[in-house]
Amino acid sequence: MQAAIDEAYQNKLLGKNACNSSWNLDIFLHRGAGAYIAGEETALLESLEGKKAQPRLKPPYPASTGLYGCPTTVNNVETIAAIPDILKKGAIWFSGIGKPNNTGSKIFCISGHINKPCNVEEELGIPLKELIEKYAGGVVGGWNNLLAVIPGGSSVPLINKKIADSVLMDFDSLEEVNSSLGTAGVIVMNKSTNLLKAIARISRFYKKESCGQCTPCREGAGWMWRVMERFVNGEGTLEEIDTLYDVSKEVEGHTICALGDAAAWPIQGLIRHFRPLIEKKIKENNFKNKVA
Amino acid sequence: MIQIKIDNNIVKVKPGMTILQACQQLGIEIPIFCYHEKLSIAGNCRMCLVEVKDNPKPVASCSIPVIDGMEIKTSSTMVRKARNGVMEFLLINHPLDCPICDQGGECDLQDIAMSYGRDKSRFNYTKRAVKEKNFGPLIKTVMTRCIHCTRCIRFATEIAGVPELGAIGMGENMEVVTYLDKSVTSEVSGNMIDICPVGALTSKPFSLTWRPWELNKTESIDVLDAVGSNIRVDSNNNEVMRVLPINNEEINEEWISDKTRFAYDGLKYNRLDVPFVKKNGLYKKTSWDNAFNLIKKEVLKTSGNKMSAIIGNQTDCESIILLKDLFTFFGCDNFLCSQNNSMYKSLPRFAYCFNTTIAGIDDSDLCLLVGTNPRTEASMVNTRIRKRYLEGNYEIFSIGPKMDLNYDCKHLGNNPQILEKIYNEKHFLSKKIRKSKKPIIILGDNIFNRKDAEAILGLVYRMCIKFPIIQKQKNDIIWNGYNILHHAASRVGALDLNFISSKPDFNLDKIYSLSKKKELDLVYLLGADEIETKKLENSFVIYQGHHGGYGSKNADIILPGSAFTEKNATFINLEGRLQQTFKSCNPPGEAKEDWKIIVALGKRFNTKFNYFSVEDVKNRLRKVNPIVFSSVNTIIKNKFLKFGKKRNISNLPFDLPITNFYLNDVISKSSKIMKKCSDEINNKNL
Repeated sequence: MQAAIDEAYQNKLLGKNACNSSWNLDIFLHRGAGAYIAGEETALLESLEGKKAQPRLKPPYPASTGLYGCPTTVNNVETIAAIPDILKKGAIWFSGIGKPNNTGSKIFCISGHINKPCNVEEELGIPLKELIEKYAGGVVGGWNNLLAVIPGGSSVPLINKKIADSVLMDFDSLEEVNSSLGTAGVIVMNKSTNLLKAIARISRFYKKESCGQCTPCREGAGWMWRVMERFVNGEGTLEEIDTLYDVSKEVEGHTICALGDAAAWPIQGLIRHFRPLIEKKIKENNFKNKVA
Repeated sequence: MIQIKIDNNIVKVKPGMTILQACQQLGIEIPIFCYHEKLSIAGNCRMCLVEVKDNPKPVASCSIPVIDGMEIKTSSTMVRKARNGVMEFLLINHPLDCPICDQGGECDLQDIAMSYGRDKSRFNYTKRAVKEKNFGPLIKTVMTRCIHCTRCIRFATEIAGVPELGAIGMGENMEVVTYLDKSVTSEVSGNMIDICPVGALTSKPFSLTWRPWELNKTESIDVLDAVGSNIRVDSNNNEVMRVLPINNEEINEEWISDKTRFAYDGLKYNRLDVPFVKKNGLYKKTSWDNAFNLIKKEVLKTSGNKMSAIIGNQTDCESIILLKDLFTFFGCDNFLCSQNNSMYKSLPRFAYCFNTTIAGIDDSDLCLLVGTNPRTEASMVNTRIRKRYLEGNYEIFSIGPKMDLNYDCKHLGNNPQILEKIYNEKHFLSKKIRKSKKPIIILGDNIFNRKDAEAILGLVYRMCIKFPIIQKQKNDIIWNGYNILHHAASRVGALDLNFISSKPDFNLDKIYSLSKKKELDLVYLLGADEIETKKLENSFVIYQGHHGGYGSKNADIILPGSAFTEKNATFINLEGRLQQTFKSCNPPGEAKEDWKIIVALGKRFNTKFNYFSVEDVKNRLRKVNPIVFSSVNTIIKNKFLKFGKKRNISNLPFDLPITNFYLNDVISKSSKIMKKCSDEINNKNL
């Protein structure tokens, strides 16, 4: 990245009078401090200022009070990458892609139990099945071997095969099925997956990456992870499933940033679609204990 | 004004208010942990969530400003559920040690858990334990109880100005620490105990002694400095157990200094409890009757002009006026209201008061400190200056010794002649003062102790007129930026009662030399504990006070008086504001309230001392100075009269009256807690 920036400076595409446009444009590459939360818009600003990466309260929004108190726009690389094409071909062209209210293209990152993990840019609204079969070489063991898909990165609720069969990959369609497009990081899991372990691992990640600033996320993420770990081992009781769902609902939407939601959603998805799986594990373990 | 709807009531509120403030104004209680009126908004406890129409999520009411037409619900099912959830999260890792927690009874978490907590915990796993931190000799930490509201961190960085606290670690491993595990080096650190909503930070000296509901609470004022901070004295068994601040926006807001808060154990030690008489160099207990007889004998032996009366820094107005009346009756005029060579003669009231008032600092836009360190002399004035400084567009300059202040202060040097330069427009500051709209100048009261005091005052007087330090509109003063920062609680009261000798050159050195020449037969020290009694060997010294110390060391007769927590007395603070202390304990042993002792002594002579209650003495005060003493808790606008003289100013550097913040008066010097602070904190920093 730095080499590319250097090159751009050498060719006078950046810096003073960039591209002979009489505008000055500088690009600095700044190393992150290594925390997941430092990718959140305002935590990123805090981190840039040299402080602990903790999301700020909004309002004020960064557009009015951002880095060092100055108006700041925080943009994703994906957004910036889309700009040249929009400028070249026009807004009408860009909004012609996709479907109404979900226009444009999206970079999908498909990983997990698929034959060909890849990054691909596609129209919004492409069917999930098509996306996986066309670009990722299909699910390992065939489409019928599919167990669940996390359609938008580890922070969104998973969907089961029945939904995955027909769901379209855009904001509205995924919201209808109680999930979210998120970052469009599609994680495919086939039937060889220990789903409880996978979600417990995600839980552990959010417990570790919570910044610790606000109460529900700080305390709730750790609680949810502990319960998940018990479920993985088949410990716990059937009532704990309801408690866990309740706790995840208490975290969701009560925090400063979206990390609280991110910690709660995977668990909500799991309980929504795979509750029998947890119950089975608990019952099996209880039976084993009784026999022993 | 904008119109909003709270719980189906339509109300009008000021724009810019937060939802929480609007609700509080209406008397709707919203539970809070992290929000504090005087601190920046953190919004991290999530307890104050409310429902706002058209908002899918509940919002933190402490941080969201009201918008016209907003519809707010503070007790809907959604709100209740959200708060119950937050409460549950706060409690899962909070230890169940309320029975041994000092915060019990005044704990926000306990109170709010009563209405939002579950009766049974669903968290059946191991709770978090956190290592204790070192916050210094005053603050005890039990960090397992911490709910991470970050009030203490914000207090340290914002109010105290010592960015020594911070949060480290992520998620549930987040901890509040002093970065280097060192004591907090602030003179107002004790306030963290008050603002901590749980028992994470509690008072170390008070720890595990009493429950708050077992204590008798007396609202009083503090006299360890001249600010007159409003305090609540909690006592039990005739012993002061702790001191807490009372909110008074005009004086101390809701803070008090560590000395005010923790010097109370000095009231236990080193007390005088019976009258003593010196015989062959040894002190013997005696009766009040005998002591008065001995004094009477001495008084009758000598004449009034060979006597002198000196008062200390914590003497109340009632005993000052009675002492003055008594010695005037003896024909004595040798009064001294300060224990140094200060010259207060023929000063108008204007010239010795903090005229801007403490709250007035908020309005000022430039500050010049002359020969004073407000951080040690009047911590509450200092926090005001810092508060104003934080608002921005505020420049602070100082002339005097270099000091460690908790705000940016440009040091101009330690030479009084700089003032002359400023006056003569030969200094860069002249332009700045001229340009500023509301400048203030704060002079330390040690300038009165200088030989060129009158010259400096004269110069400052001329500065006040030349620059906009004093602004007049017709006959009204619309801005008054002339301030004297006293450090002795009794000083302004004594000056209001004119406890000054009419002789122009009468000062402490004169007393010493008169005594040496055997021209001074009797000296009455009323709480004057900084006098070198060795130099008064040829005089008969009577010491009346509450602590045995420097002043009582060589006294011939010692009369045990009472400290400020043991009497109903009047004090006038540095602004000229009259306030009352109230009795919370009885004086120890045979000690008596000071005014009673002087009345009893007066009755041995032919005086007409017809005082039966403290109210009678107050009537006398009102008679002597009706303007000052008939207005409780208010500030009288002083007339701007000429003061000072036009003389040469020497280049002798300024000195400060307080060298050790923690040990500077007779109470704090007797305090073990203050001694510890001095050892641990003072030697390094303040």
